[in-house]
Amino acid sequence: MHGFLPCIASSPEGGDSFSMPVRQDLQSVMVIGSGPVVIGQAAEFDYAGTQACVALREEGLRVVLINSNPATIMTDGEMADRVYLEPLTVESAAAVIAKERPQGLVATLGGQVGLNLAVALADAGVLDRYGVEILGTQLPAIRKAEDRELFKATMVQISEPVPESKIIHTLAEAGAFAGQIGLPLIVRPAYTLGGSGGGIANTPDDLREIVRRGLRMSPIGQVLLERSLYGWKEIEYEVMRDAGDRCISVCNMENLDPVGVHTGDSIVVAPSQTLNDRDFQRLRAAAFHIVRAIGVQGGCNVQFALDPNSDQYFVIEVNPRVSRSSALASKATGYPIAKVAAKIAVGLGLDEIKNPVTGTTTAFFEPTLDYCVMKIPRWPFDKFSTADRRLGTQMKATGEVMAIDRTFEGALQKAVRSLDLGLDGLAAPEALPDDQLDQAVIKADDRRLLFLAEALRRGRTIPALAQATGVDPWFLRKILNIVEAEREVAAGRIDLFRLKRLGFSDARLGSLSGAGEAAVRRMRVRTGIRPSYKMVDTCAAEFEATTPYFYSAYGGENESAPDQRPCVIVLGSGPIRIGQGIEFDYGSVHAVWALRKAGLRAVIINNNPETVSTDFSTADRLYFEPLTFEDVMNVIDLEQPVGVLCQFGGQTAVNLAVPLHRAGVNVLGTTPEGMDRAEDRGLFEDVLESLHISRPAGGAAASLPEAEVIAERVGFPVLVRPSYVLGGRAMEICYDPDDLRAYVQSAARVTPEHPLLIDHYIPGREVEVDAVSDGGSVLIPGILEHVERAGVHSGDSIAVYPPHSLSAAVKAQIARQTLDLARALGIVGLLNIQFVVDGEEVHVLELNPRSSRTVPFMTKVTGVPMVAAAVRATLRESLEAQGYDCPGGICLPPDPGFVACKMPVFSWAKLHDVDTALGPEMKSTGEVMGIGRTYPEALRKGFLACGLGVPVPATALVAIAERDKSEALPVVRALVQAGLRIVATPGTAESLREAGVAAETLTAAEAMEAVRSGSINLLVNTLTRGRQRDSDGFRLRRAATELGVPVLTSLDTAGALGLALGTAGDDVPPPWALQDYAVPVRT
Amino acid sequence: MRAKLVLEDGRGFEGEAFGAELRAPICGEVVFNTGMTGYQEVLTDPSYAGQMVVMTYPLIGNYGIREADAESLRPHVRAFIVADPCDVPSHWSSEGGLADYLAENGIVALAGIDTRALTKHLRTKGTLRGAIGLAEVEDQALADAAEAWQPGNLVAEVTTPEAYTVPGPGPHVVVMDFGAKRNIIRSLVALGCQVTVVPADTGADAILASAPAGIILSNGPGDPELLTGPRTCARKLLESGVPMFGICLGHQLMALALGGRTSKMKFGHHGVNHPVKEIRTGRAFVTTQNHEYAVTDLDPSVAEVTHKNLNDGTVEGLRVLGRSAFSVQFHPEACPGPGDTADLFREFVAQLPVAAR
Ligand SMILES: Nc1ncnc2c1ncn2[C@@H]1O[C@H](COP(=O)(O)OP(=O)(O)O)[C@@H](O)[C@H]1O
Ligand SMILES: Nc1ncnc2c1ncn2[C@@H]1O[C@H](COP(=O)(O)OP(=O)(O)O)[C@@H](O)[C@H]1O
Ligand SMILES: [Mg+2]
Ligand SMILES: [Mg+2]
Repeated sequence: MHGFLPCIASSPEGGDSFSMPVRQDLQSVMVIGSGPVVIGQAAEFDYAGTQACVALREEGLRVVLINSNPATIMTDGEMADRVYLEPLTVESAAAVIAKERPQGLVATLGGQVGLNLAVALADAGVLDRYGVEILGTQLPAIRKAEDRELFKATMVQISEPVPESKIIHTLAEAGAFAGQIGLPLIVRPAYTLGGSGGGIANTPDDLREIVRRGLRMSPIGQVLLERSLYGWKEIEYEVMRDAGDRCISVCNMENLDPVGVHTGDSIVVAPSQTLNDRDFQRLRAAAFHIVRAIGVQGGCNVQFALDPNSDQYFVIEVNPRVSRSSALASKATGYPIAKVAAKIAVGLGLDEIKNPVTGTTTAFFEPTLDYCVMKIPRWPFDKFSTADRRLGTQMKATGEVMAIDRTFEGALQKAVRSLDLGLDGLAAPEALPDDQLDQAVIKADDRRLLFLAEALRRGRTIPALAQATGVDPWFLRKILNIVEAEREVAAGRIDLFRLKRLGFSDARLGSLSGAGEAAVRRMRVRTGIRPSYKMVDTCAAEFEATTPYFYSAYGGENESAPDQRPCVIVLGSGPIRIGQGIEFDYGSVHAVWALRKAGLRAVIINNNPETVSTDFSTADRLYFEPLTFEDVMNVIDLEQPVGVLCQFGGQTAVNLAVPLHRAGVNVLGTTPEGMDRAEDRGLFEDVLESLHISRPAGGAAASLPEAEVIAERVGFPVLVRPSYVLGGRAMEICYDPDDLRAYVQSAARVTPEHPLLIDHYIPGREVEVDAVSDGGSVLIPGILEHVERAGVHSGDSIAVYPPHSLSAAVKAQIARQTLDLARALGIVGLLNIQFVVDGEEVHVLELNPRSSRTVPFMTKVTGVPMVAAAVRATLRESLEAQGYDCPGGICLPPDPGFVACKMPVFSWAKLHDVDTALGPEMKSTGEVMGIGRTYPEALRKGFLACGLGVPVPATALVAIAERDKSEALPVVRALVQAGLRIVATPGTAESLREAGVAAETLTAAEAMEAVRSGSINLLVNTLTRGRQRDSDGFRLRRAATELGVPVLTSLDTAGALGLALGTAGDDVPPPWALQDYAVPVRT
Repeated sequence: MRAKLVLEDGRGFEGEAFGAELRAPICGEVVFNTGMTGYQEVLTDPSYAGQMVVMTYPLIGNYGIREADAESLRPHVRAFIVADPCDVPSHWSSEGGLADYLAENGIVALAGIDTRALTKHLRTKGTLRGAIGLAEVEDQALADAAEAWQPGNLVAEVTTPEAYTVPGPGPHVVVMDFGAKRNIIRSLVALGCQVTVVPADTGADAILASAPAGIILSNGPGDPELLTGPRTCARKLLESGVPMFGICLGHQLMALALGGRTSKMKFGHHGVNHPVKEIRTGRAFVTTQNHEYAVTDLDPSVAEVTHKNLNDGTVEGLRVLGRSAFSVQFHPEACPGPGDTADLFREFVAQLPVAAR
């Protein structure tokens, strides 16, 4: 195998009578997905779930999948035998089980949601009733890990140290415990959403306040107090164990941020950097000890706190399932944890599972790295700037990036570039005075890394910073290396090769030296300083491997050998963030698959470790790199692709089209000029005008007086958006001149360079189209109508297919305009258009020359392989040639005999101080789907899937702004009809009673109390318009959100909920498998 | 100072010299180690005598150096080759930095090497000899020096010059020191043994005269087939019936004493992640390994293969039929590496007659 002399031991595969046989009795297995993307649970479970489905089917098993998230690869029809895009509730999962009768269920692949659902199914007796066996990690093991009390007891039993803690029910008890072990203490309310309401109490005042809040928020009035380990090192191990008790550690990881900052919000490196071998092995052994005691069979994540000043450690928690960390570990090492976990679940031993990297050895091995891996979280504070940016024990990041290099500095700087925040290096985010900077460093918000660099730049010493922040001096020293090198550059001493090894981008060197990016690049290319690409092979080159997984490094041998087959590069979409979610990874993955099907070599560049696109088995080659001009060009220079696809990776990839084109790269599909004409407001207006297509009247104002003139001309209300955002107030609707003035004064800097864009606001129906164009014809799989009127961002609206209220004439007009625009802009590939329909009038809001959020959903419900069709179009295969019949240039299949809706899902619970009211700025993090025979049925499932399954009888608290009161009547009536009891704030109650709707009156204070006491099941609250902040409403919405009470701020949504609850009857609509409705139209 | 490593096949790798001053070219056998931590244990493992060690993990020196992590009195590697050494270590228990430690102990080191390319080269070509010289020295001269280099008697360089005893309340165990790692002795002492460490050339009679309850054949450097004296000694000891336990080189000597053979592997096993399966139980362990030779041609009527390597199927452990003697190719004493197989010491000590002292 590796060229050894013959030996007498039998081959590794042979002669094992002691291994577990694969389960012969299993034919059909159910997999539970993780549902919508929310903070704390993102694309990593699509990666895990997809791998698991593939792994199970490799074993000849029939896979039944349930997952409500249509934006995932795992819910593609090809991934499982039966795909149920159904709510992840006990009722709906039970219905699927009754229908499909799987013999086994894997509980540990769908994140916390999947795990909880599996436990709930067992508790409800569903599994017993249908004879479904839990495979892999068993229920008692899950309970031992998940239940904090049981977990603590287990750890005490096996003498693994856990921090002292106590469950308390009163302030007095809290005080007594604090007296006993001292402050600071960690406060964790029991059973609150995402640990909200907790925190670190540093002083007796803190303690009183946080405990009081926690007791109030905990539905059972219970709070856990725990000794604070703030400032200790946080270390994680990813462990695998099989049924034969074989254990391996796939990877360990060290958080740069100390304990106290959630691992999901921490900068993380792999492997650990500051642990010596004793530390490393001690924690590894403890991790094994723990997973054995718990009885894990599969993958498991163990988190430790390690004292930076002694050998002491504590166990923080154990996740007996695949997790965000396991996805990161898989990408960091090349070891496919989810795949192996799935095989373990069906009875294979680690020593029987083939090592997918070498193809010859087994999965019982521990990867070793010969590079350094860096993960940096991506936070949503660019969207939510009123949010509390401080990082703590509760996660706030929506996504993450990963970078790999042979130096720590290189990996760090690459990761920073990958964030797509416009950072080309460790530049200070704002010019803070010294004292504020010192505070900022300690405060630990999302910008701490940059503040640390700035503090070092200003001469703060490493010991002082380490002391203040808990960041290990080793990491600070590395950051200082970067800062010192910056200084050399600024002083004109440029050792380019060394700087590149330290990860400096051309752009950063260009700005530090004053020479500009282009000049640095020229000098670099001239002197032959180019990166080489190294392979991620799990074994540090010890064995021959063929993983097509590469990262760049300066200096040394290039391992990404040229390949003669023509290749196309697909640009991925980077980290998951609000507005650019997992949907764009879906597009990237399908683009890769379509290219491979077309006989081309598909190469992907991306930096998001959570995704399917960065599974090295997805593309022919994977480059784990930042998506910047420089990093992408370096790969292009090496691969010499026949073309690059920029339209599937969201805005990140689209933004690279023009620079790449200028550098002579062949951008496939829509030309960069065409993209530019769609994206540039002025140019796009010209196109619309020439086509006689209407758009809301508007203009750009360079000053407040100008803004007022434009607003008067186009007519109030107006939708305004600054091109330069202050304080996060971006797009808003202004109803009158006062509004406008207040907005400009508080939120926007309006100058000729940063004009204010003003459009007449049309509160019509919003309609969305995703289409494939070949330049001459368009394929429109379907039209999507939004439930919420225009003014609620398309990504935050419920979208329904087929449209339920559009006339044939409007639909025809939409199709026609789509064709005209596609032709005029020369679109080849995907496009997405948002329209606002006012009566029978159609206006175009915007056109995105790229894949969109709704493409996966539309692909699923129509069966039209949109991305594949688009890729083929970019390869010059016409739609006709692909088999799509396009009479008059338009292929628009007839409406189906079912209704499907896509519903947004929000992560409010994790983001304090953020207003939950919907508006033109997107706020949702994920989506679910509902499908039914009728519109109400689809809505019903959608609401259930996104957690708005209000159980009737229930009480709705209604608080409606003055201007919405008449419109609210039919909505409230629908809720009443659906069986809801209505309570309302005084004004609202009065207007309801006047109209004959029974409503109990609550004062503002009583309303708040009702929410807090848990007697409200739904809050319908529309915004008091205008700039005066409706602080009562805000507080009410937040209070409801913290307690998990659904909040609706759009009457349209509330109306839809009324419809869903009112007409659906008591029975849950039957589950429906994708294979039974999404009949592929053509392939 | 710029310096370079040139292998006997002429391939060169240039980098920056650090550690001890490089005066004249240094020669040795070049091997790679895949552990991500444990560089100090590697440096001080006597089995590396005669070898230049390339660390595949690029960041080395991060947590410094401390006396407690030394596996012998001093480093034994001929040279140390890394990509990105750390000059300012960070660990609460660190007593100093890597570069100073190497300099104080006369070990030449190279930094800034593409250690991955070097590792791939060794993996493809098999273990090669190499020479490190200053950048201006001709490649050919270094390649010639490498080719001419012979390891000499490595065990003699690293074995204890005199026997010594560590007292303990339990059974008396004699460790034949072919380059024993400290943690072998520590592990025995921790189990209560009284441990006598004897030089590699100690005869069987002398050992048996001290009435040992058990005997350990330790790890050590080099080609086991050259160790004819120890092999004879091992055979006599086996015949005596005293329980024996061989580790690494000791395992190879045990096999040779039983009439088996050893052969040089292509590039050996050097790392802390080698998967080993215990045949009887089906259990599997991750082990530390450091060897260039593997046991072959064991007579199944004399000894049973107890462990095998899950990657390449090589023999990882054997048990002598009808005797309480066993041996393993891997390092149950770890240091560096996982302690997954530390129980072997317990098993060994458990079978020793308690009364014998
Ligand atoms: N005792 C403690 N003291 C300080 N911080 C803690 C303590 N326990 C946990 N944390 C911090 O809180 C974070 C979240 O806690 P954890 O138990 O892992 O919950 P989750 O299920 O959200 O991952 C951890 O990553 C750690 O940084
Ligand atoms: N003139 C308008 N009238 C009504 N609603 C609008 C108007 N312009 C934008 N909107 C609303 O704002 C949302 C976001 O605007 P859009 O231009 O699509 O920005 P984005 O690039 O964030 O998608 C739309 O989905 C729509 O609901
Ligand atoms: Mg955690
Ligand atoms: Mg939009």
